[in-house]
Amino acid sequence: MESLIGLLVGFPLLGAAVLLCGGKRLEKTGHWLGVVLAGASFVLGAVLFFDMLGKSADERALHQHLFSWVPVESFQADVAFQLDQLAMTFVLLITGVGTLIHIYSVGYMEHDERRRRFFGYLNLFLAAMLLLVLADNYLLLYVGWEGVGLASYLLIGFWQHKPSAAVAAKKAFLVNRVGDAGLAIAIFLMFTTFGSFAFAPVLSNATEAGEGKLTAIGLMLLLAACGKSAQVPLQSWLGDAMEGPTPVSALIHAATMVTAGVYLITRSGAIFNAAPDAQTVVVVVGAVTLLYGAIVGCAKDDIKKALAGSTMSQIGYMVLAAGLGPIGYAFAIMHLVTHGFFKAGLFLGAGSVMHGMNDEVDMRRYGGLRKYMPVTFVTFGLGYLAIIGFPGLSGFFSKDQIIEAAFAKGGTQGWILGAVTLLGAAITAYYMTRVMLMTFFGEERWRGQANEPHPHESPKSMTIPMIVLAFGSVFAGGLFKIGESFVHWLEPVTQFEHGHSPLSAPVVTGATVVTMLIGVGAAWLQYGRRPVPAEAPRGSLLTRAARRDLLQDDLNHVALVLPGEYLTRGLVYVDNKVVDGAVNGTAAAFGGLSGRTRRLQNGFVRSYAVSMFGGAAILVAATLLMRAV
Amino acid sequence: MSPVNYVYLAALLFTIGAVGVLIRRNAIVVFMCVELMLNAANLTLVAFSRIHGNLDGQIMAFFVMVVAAAEVVVGLAIIVMLYRSRHSASVDDASLMKL
Repeated sequence: MESLIGLLVGFPLLGAAVLLCGGKRLEKTGHWLGVVLAGASFVLGAVLFFDMLGKSADERALHQHLFSWVPVESFQADVAFQLDQLAMTFVLLITGVGTLIHIYSVGYMEHDERRRRFFGYLNLFLAAMLLLVLADNYLLLYVGWEGVGLASYLLIGFWQHKPSAAVAAKKAFLVNRVGDAGLAIAIFLMFTTFGSFAFAPVLSNATEAGEGKLTAIGLMLLLAACGKSAQVPLQSWLGDAMEGPTPVSALIHAATMVTAGVYLITRSGAIFNAAPDAQTVVVVVGAVTLLYGAIVGCAKDDIKKALAGSTMSQIGYMVLAAGLGPIGYAFAIMHLVTHGFFKAGLFLGAGSVMHGMNDEVDMRRYGGLRKYMPVTFVTFGLGYLAIIGFPGLSGFFSKDQIIEAAFAKGGTQGWILGAVTLLGAAITAYYMTRVMLMTFFGEERWRGQANEPHPHESPKSMTIPMIVLAFGSVFAGGLFKIGESFVHWLEPVTQFEHGHSPLSAPVVTGATVVTMLIGVGAAWLQYGRRPVPAEAPRGSLLTRAARRDLLQDDLNHVALVLPGEYLTRGLVYVDNKVVDGAVNGTAAAFGGLSGRTRRLQNGFVRSYAVSMFGGAAILVAATLLMRAV
Repeated sequence: MSPVNYVYLAALLFTIGAVGVLIRRNAIVVFMCVELMLNAANLTLVAFSRIHGNLDGQIMAFFVMVVAAAEVVVGLAIIVMLYRSRHSASVDDASLMKL
């Protein structure tokens, strides 16, 4: 069984290679090759999963050593895979949701003439993400990490003829680069501290290293996670990444990319456990992002950007949970999986709505679509209920546990975190209800427009993945919760401790449900009871700031772009005046000197003869003088 | 007669040759002045040979004569070619190499 692990990465990688190098011959059928190879990876993952279930908990982790990559005496880099429970969870999520998104894309990208290339990139994305989660050392993980960055760049900028898409792709790539630098530094630090960067030696010896070094490693890992998972302060790329085709957004937000940061923190749990300061920073980042994303999500009229804000906020929940230590890791991953289902479903639903509405994304031009798109409405609605944590659906179980764990952190910190997560739950309910009401209920605001759309249900290839994901959104959480099966499944990898919450579980659950209902009610008062204006009202100061991503881009502009620009200008000035001045000045001096020296060469033999005689006379005189002295 | 007088004569001859090289334009005269300088040097060698009482200087004078003969052949050939191409034997006319 071990020898099959490499194939999990190999299938999509093969697909990417064939599709990208295959040329025009694959134009007609290539996309099905992409779907089949993604599916093959999922089937193989499922086979390995059932094989793993048959073993006892201690024997479940599988290893495969493929080859030595850089064998230098004390620097051993291997291409080796590790398939344990945590990696298995990710493999199933990535390949499962990824395959559904592949199938959906067949319909969604039907009229795009570069569809073959699109599927090549999708396969590359899956391959990179699988490499990331299957690697058994940080260096190979870094390869996958960069691969994910590359694939996201290619996909976000897929419609590169639109300048906005090209710019968004560059932005995502550059912001991610900051995080990548963090990961690289973390790996350097690991190598100097532990003499290795494989998971086993680093994580099992983590407690022996000094706390200062561990804190440094932890903070660098957090920086990396912030970049990939769009956490404050590196979150600015996520909203713009909506320029890519909608299946890409679904893939980035549900199965790949943004989950990588949470994976990294959970995988490096042993380091964070031994570095409480780093853990505190992780929790703070998670809590800030949770509220930040939620507030941004409330103000956006673009359906995809509202969902992007929501992703940021939900990943904030996961990072917060991962920062809580062994009481939170399992819940972070559980929320990640359930979020994978409902967020993919929501994005595919949004894509389906856009498909029927001439690619309109402004929710103020939607309204009353439930009659025209019944399947989309029901699946989107189930995803909506799951994300706001409606009792019984998957989001309810996973989010409720994170809120409980936040309270269980203990002390003032626990109360603050608990309050933040509850507030986040209320805002989540508010903005998702807003999306729901503006899109599927109310007046049909798209009527009477210049280019009036004819809303219609999407083809089967698009609705079937949405239906499957809706099932996941409804049942996954409950399944994981039965007998705490998910927590027990992950326990050998992530450890687990029961948190002791100052509030009893039913009280927390009750509070969660009440805050959720308050959020829903507030949204209904504003968008359900009253008609939604087709043009956005000016709004309060906060609304206007939130529409601009809470001024994050402006802050980046003032804090980073402008100083960079001035630095560049200064350097250009120094280059022009000082460096070029020195070089050009030297050249001019030599030029002038040469011009004058040239006059000596006047072409008259006799004047040369004078020089010769003069020189000889000087030599003789000098010799005689030396003699005399 | 003291052999030192030969050295004075050589100095005189050398000066005449040097001044001739510097002030005359005709290539043949310049060339003759060069020969004069060479012979002045020869005379010095022989004179010092006599003063010091050994034969080194006289042997050196033979070498110089041989080299001077070879030099005359090459020099005259150059002057002939110069005259053919420029229809003049003036050294100031042969200034094609200056910028």
